[in-house]
Amino acid sequence: MTPSLRVTGLHFAYPDGHVALRGVDLTVPQGERVALLGPNGAGKTTFVLHLNGINTATGGGVEVGGLAVDPRDRTGLKEVRRRVGIVFQDPDDQLFMPTVAEDVAFGPANLGLRGAELAERVDEALAAVGMGAVRDRAPHHLSFGQRRRVAVATVLAMRPEILVLDEPSSNLDPASRRELAGILRSLPVTLLMVTHDLPYALELCPRAVILDEGRIVADGPTRELLADADLLERHRLELPFGYTVTA
Amino acid sequence: MGAGHSHALFVHRDSPVHALAPEVKITASVLFTVAVVATPREALWAFGGYLVVIVAVAFTARIGLGWLALRSLIELPFILFAFALPFLGHGERVHWLGLSLSVDGLYGAWNIVAKGTLGVLSSLLLAGTTTPRDLLLGLDRLRCPTMITQIATFMLRYLDVLAAEGRRMRIAQRSRGYDPRFLWQIKGFASGIGALFLRAFERGERVYLAMVSRGYEGRIPLSLAGAGATARQWAAAAPVPVVAGAIATVALLG
Repeated sequence: MTPSLRVTGLHFAYPDGHVALRGVDLTVPQGERVALLGPNGAGKTTFVLHLNGINTATGGGVEVGGLAVDPRDRTGLKEVRRRVGIVFQDPDDQLFMPTVAEDVAFGPANLGLRGAELAERVDEALAAVGMGAVRDRAPHHLSFGQRRRVAVATVLAMRPEILVLDEPSSNLDPASRRELAGILRSLPVTLLMVTHDLPYALELCPRAVILDEGRIVADGPTRELLADADLLERHRLELPFGYTVTA
Repeated sequence: MGAGHSHALFVHRDSPVHALAPEVKITASVLFTVAVVATPREALWAFGGYLVVIVAVAFTARIGLGWLALRSLIELPFILFAFALPFLGHGERVHWLGLSLSVDGLYGAWNIVAKGTLGVLSSLLLAGTTTPRDLLLGLDRLRCPTMITQIATFMLRYLDVLAAEGRRMRIAQRSRGYDPRFLWQIKGFASGIGALFLRAFERGERVYLAMVSRGYEGRIPLSLAGAGATARQWAAAAPVPVVAGAIATVALLG
């Protein structure tokens, strides 16, 4: 089976010469949930923006469901952006339309869906995150947790091959955090979760990789990685106070 | 959440005017204003006629005259100049309560006050019966350039976000003992505005990235918006511009 995501030797330097990624290799099979861990400044967000061709690699490549990401190929890029659903960290960045339903419709409408088909997509995506009741509300009238769930719906509406979440648990209260975890676990989709919230990674993702200084430095079962105190310390990752993981 | 409601002028009512499609109301309001502006200032009765139209629409929309009067105070700073005209004008003068007033100046002042007030009242009726969101939808359906409607859409969405950011910043400043009262103390305030601008700029970039990630190619699809106005709706709103047009025509010919 074609993996949802195959990244080989991905290298990226900013125009000012700063090297952010130094050869990243990562393969995520269909249906797997993987946590991408790393300290601040490890290149996590830079990496994510390569997955749908917003950043252009200076070396190596990305394939999504077998389709190579090539920023010069505009039609291919459109399909890549359908396949990779990125949920950004701040829902206020993601939700820019006047109502929730219009925001969820934005992606599929860009894909050319109209009328009943479009409305069906919107309902389906909002139902998947349990937000059907707020469809006609304005995003800024929702709570932060609700906004994050709607943000997830906006990319689910594009029926992505892989869902990429940038710090999904940030700023959530414990109840919203638990609810979001339940929703994410119920979605039948490949998941890449970028985070430094280690307990959340353990809760949701059987497999984890650690990105540091632009390279994947560890790849394995999340529990094993989190039980390795030396490994975590070397890469500026820490479990919350009083929290221990045994392999 | 501390985010306020951005549709401060909208009055929630269930009325035939509220139910009209926005493009119908925008068109009626613009045509009404054009008729008012085209009316010669000497035709005093015509302005009374326009006011009757306004009151009739307000009544149908179940919007209180008190609400209209209070909100129309916003025009005061703009028409202050008009009050000076009777004193500054030249030509024939009349004497009233010991004041010497220019006839031409009086007409000039009346012209500004009457037309300004009627324009403000008709805009208030439009804003009171149409949400900002629907106004944009109406403008889009009236083929207003998408660049303008897109900018306004974003403003509508992010004004509250920006205001909340500004408020938080101000609270943080005051918490550290900075509470400017006088002009020479505004340095902190000014740099706060600068920081707010930078944040808005950066947010703009992040919003754009999020849009491109969902297939944005320069046009916001308004496909969920439903159908536009029906012929029946256009007909229902027609009396406003038709009556106003008739008044203006009679006034111009008379």
